[in-house]
Amino acid sequence: MTEVYINSKFAGYIDEPRLFIEKIKEERRKNKLDHNVNVYYDTKSDTVQIEHGKGRARRPLIVVKESQPLLTEKHIKQLEKDEISWSDLIKQGIIEYIDAAEEENCYTAFFDSELTPEHTHLEITPLSMLGLATSLVPYGNFNQSTRLNAGSKNQKQALGFYVSNFAVRMDMDVNLLHEPQIPIVQTIVHEISDYDKHPAGQNIVVAIMSYKGYNMEDAIILNNGSIQRGLARNSYYRPSIAEELRYAGGLVDEVSVPDKDVKGYKSEKDYRFLEGDGIIYPEAKVKESDVIIGKTSPPRFLSSLDEYNLASSTRRESSVSVKHGEKGVVDFVLITENEEGNKLVQVRVRDERTPEVGDKFTSRHGQKGVVGLIVPEGDLPFSASGIRPDLIFSPHGIPSRMTISHLIELVGGKVGALNSRYINGTTFDAEPEEKLRKELLGLGFRENGTETLYDGETGEQYQAKIYIGNMYYLKLKHMVANKLHSRARGPIQLLTRQPTEGRAKEGGLRLGEMEKDTFVAHGASLLLKERFDSDKTTVPVCEECGLIAVRDEFKNKSYCPICGDNAEISFIEISYAFKLILDEFKSLCVYPKLYLKSKY
Amino acid sequence: MSIFTEYKNKLPRKILNEVKEYTKGMSEAKIKKVLAATMEEYENTKVEPGECVGVVSAESIGEPGTQMTLNTFHFAGVAEMNVTMGLPRIIEILDGRSNLKTPMMEIYLKAPYSQGKDIRKIALSIKETLLNEVVSEFMINIAENSIELRMNNEKMKELGLTENNIISSIKSGIKGYNIRSSKEAIVLKSKTKEETINKVYIDKEKIKKIHLSGVKGISQVLPVRRGEEYIIITSGTNLKAILELDYVDSTRTTTNDIFEIQKILGVEAARQSIINEVFKVIESQGLDVDIRHIMLVADTMCNSGEVKGITRYGVVSQKSSVLARASFETPIRHIIGAALIGEEDKLTSVVENVMLNQPVPVGTGLPDLVTQVKK
Repeated sequence: MTEVYINSKFAGYIDEPRLFIEKIKEERRKNKLDHNVNVYYDTKSDTVQIEHGKGRARRPLIVVKESQPLLTEKHIKQLEKDEISWSDLIKQGIIEYIDAAEEENCYTAFFDSELTPEHTHLEITPLSMLGLATSLVPYGNFNQSTRLNAGSKNQKQALGFYVSNFAVRMDMDVNLLHEPQIPIVQTIVHEISDYDKHPAGQNIVVAIMSYKGYNMEDAIILNNGSIQRGLARNSYYRPSIAEELRYAGGLVDEVSVPDKDVKGYKSEKDYRFLEGDGIIYPEAKVKESDVIIGKTSPPRFLSSLDEYNLASSTRRESSVSVKHGEKGVVDFVLITENEEGNKLVQVRVRDERTPEVGDKFTSRHGQKGVVGLIVPEGDLPFSASGIRPDLIFSPHGIPSRMTISHLIELVGGKVGALNSRYINGTTFDAEPEEKLRKELLGLGFRENGTETLYDGETGEQYQAKIYIGNMYYLKLKHMVANKLHSRARGPIQLLTRQPTEGRAKEGGLRLGEMEKDTFVAHGASLLLKERFDSDKTTVPVCEECGLIAVRDEFKNKSYCPICGDNAEISFIEISYAFKLILDEFKSLCVYPKLYLKSKY
Repeated sequence: MSIFTEYKNKLPRKILNEVKEYTKGMSEAKIKKVLAATMEEYENTKVEPGECVGVVSAESIGEPGTQMTLNTFHFAGVAEMNVTMGLPRIIEILDGRSNLKTPMMEIYLKAPYSQGKDIRKIALSIKETLLNEVVSEFMINIAENSIELRMNNEKMKELGLTENNIISSIKSGIKGYNIRSSKEAIVLKSKTKEETINKVYIDKEKIKKIHLSGVKGISQVLPVRRGEEYIIITSGTNLKAILELDYVDSTRTTTNDIFEIQKILGVEAARQSIINEVFKVIESQGLDVDIRHIMLVADTMCNSGEVKGITRYGVVSQKSSVLARASFETPIRHIIGAALIGEEDKLTSVVENVMLNQPVPVGTGLPDLVTQVKK
């Protein structure tokens, strides 16, 4: 007696569970039952589960009977001629949707050559084991799976053509590649996903060789000529937003060129781009600290009455200006209203980015690297036909990572470029390497993809034959221009008087606990003191009570609030953080008494 | 050999002997030169005053230690017995934990036995046997309020135990029961009639742990061949009881429980044991840390007269400076404690001076003026 559940609700008993589920499947394939129905026989609990509800993940598989797939050449021809459609195949019971539970009772083959009498289903394509981004990697079946994961991860960070209505959008932090191309070596997923509508890379000539050590540790070398011709150039967009907020008491922000007597007025130079309405004009070239949208806000605290008359002198400056370390050209100005009806101003700033040392690039095979050197075109090696590589990739990146697909794409790209055709590199179903080699030989090149190159500086022939060909390369969104940071002096935190943290706040680079230990280990005591000087202060200390005293600069005298004017007061140099902790002790009713001793 | 006597107290004996060996057959003047050069070199090798040996040790152990974390799980379970190794073991030792994850002994044997004589028998006799190992079934007779034990005769024969042995062991292990043996079972009958079933059940669980034979605490034994001789590796330790056995070589037998060593052999032995145990782990990971760094750590842990871990309860609590203690975990506790007794901080160590932004008294910050400038 086997229990039967329909949508997890008990329905009754049956005697022959296997026959029962076979019958249901049969009926479903005959289109007598809805194709939404899935059955599952659980041998452990001896129950049959029938499901036809919503919310189950299901996937289509080809039905196999007596080790023959029901889908035949005839069907495929009919499909091609548009005589039948996908839903016809489902109605005929050739393809069925299997849910996670029913999958447990199935035995599915990836290829029809693997089919045995035990098989119940055949995958429509082995590519279905991969996700969308992963199936964009050409020749993926030649790789370690970790490299495929890395490759698809990289593709998600590539710069490209992300939407076609970018001109009217105000997206935060976006990049547009200037001359995007579709890859020469493609997979069928490129076609399916309309990759030509949103490409994300460029086909370039790649040579695999060392170059003066500037491409060690995964670095790459770029051809300056290619860069000048527009290789991997992109625009970086960042909108600035200002809103006329309303405050209690009918006070509002105002977008305008701030008056000179506004609290916190910057310098006149900073406002020079603003037009009469207080907003910058398009195509203005802006630099760090230039004001984009001029804005003033009412005073923060309305304590005394005289602040009520709202003379401009009491208003605060709250303009939006270009952030530290950024530059660009004003691209687009948008003046509108937000949901509450407040005036909303958005200004998009664009910055053209040409590749520079430190920018990140990758092929589609998890072979990411950072530009290590940009070489003048004349100094790069060249082939007999005058080809110079756009990019030089280090051979040391290959053996440990075993990305064979990287190497095959290079030959594939070369054949495709020379024969002006696209190469099918679909994982498990690609044009075979031998075929590419033969074709390359027929084009008058060495069949293994290598060529004799000549040193660009001396003109001498290299002894080694260089593996060179075309590859699809992606520029990744991590660009040095967004990360470069250094500081000598700069802003400090209000509370601790120590430097701020982070690039956005022009912060310092922390010398941490372990770094401190290295100074101690070297016995560099005074250097250590100097490094931690960032918050040093001189404080008056009362010799009598050992607490911090008061220095009155107006009267030019010091006194102790406890011991009075006549207490002996000395000045000591300590870190401000220590003064703070003394204050905290006092707040805990702990009396931190300092005993002073002459240093000499 | 008068030339060497001059250096007898200046150079370590090992170096002196090496020089002796090296200078054999040299002229006296040459030997003198060699000795002088050796002396100079020896003086140069010494640690300079103000050198921060503690931090150097910490860095020298800590830096290769970061690689250890990754290596650890590769070795898990490969050893003959499951032994904590790698970083977890180092943490265990340096924290001064008293209940180890895998307590272990290495028992060396005296001459005839160390060559493999009766090695299995000895090993088995050391292993602690509990009642539930020789009993195949425990049953409670609800009507009679009694516990019946079905014995596993094969196991008993293997361990050389008789029914009478077991009965006497049970007798000393639990009170309030009449024990008699019937065919194929030992029956424990409660003396008092109003015993509840609950109590009988609890007692049934209790007698499972009754000690029958072997050394208490030794749960597993493994005789292995090490080099030319046989030793017994055990899991579980009982150093005192093992050392009392007459076939055990008590000079080499050891345990990995540092606190047990401290209790039985004293701190100095515990110090050496810390060094050995830490070094064993570091060596097994294929790392190269100079033993003197580990010695310094062991000294720090033991210099109060008993083993103290490098934790806020151990070594750190011994620091004289309030600020230094407060800077390492639970600051409020230390500040309040200091405030209650009016503690004074002389600012003599590193952390306090970093907090105050003063030069730390180490290296170049150590020298001070000896003479007072006249006012």
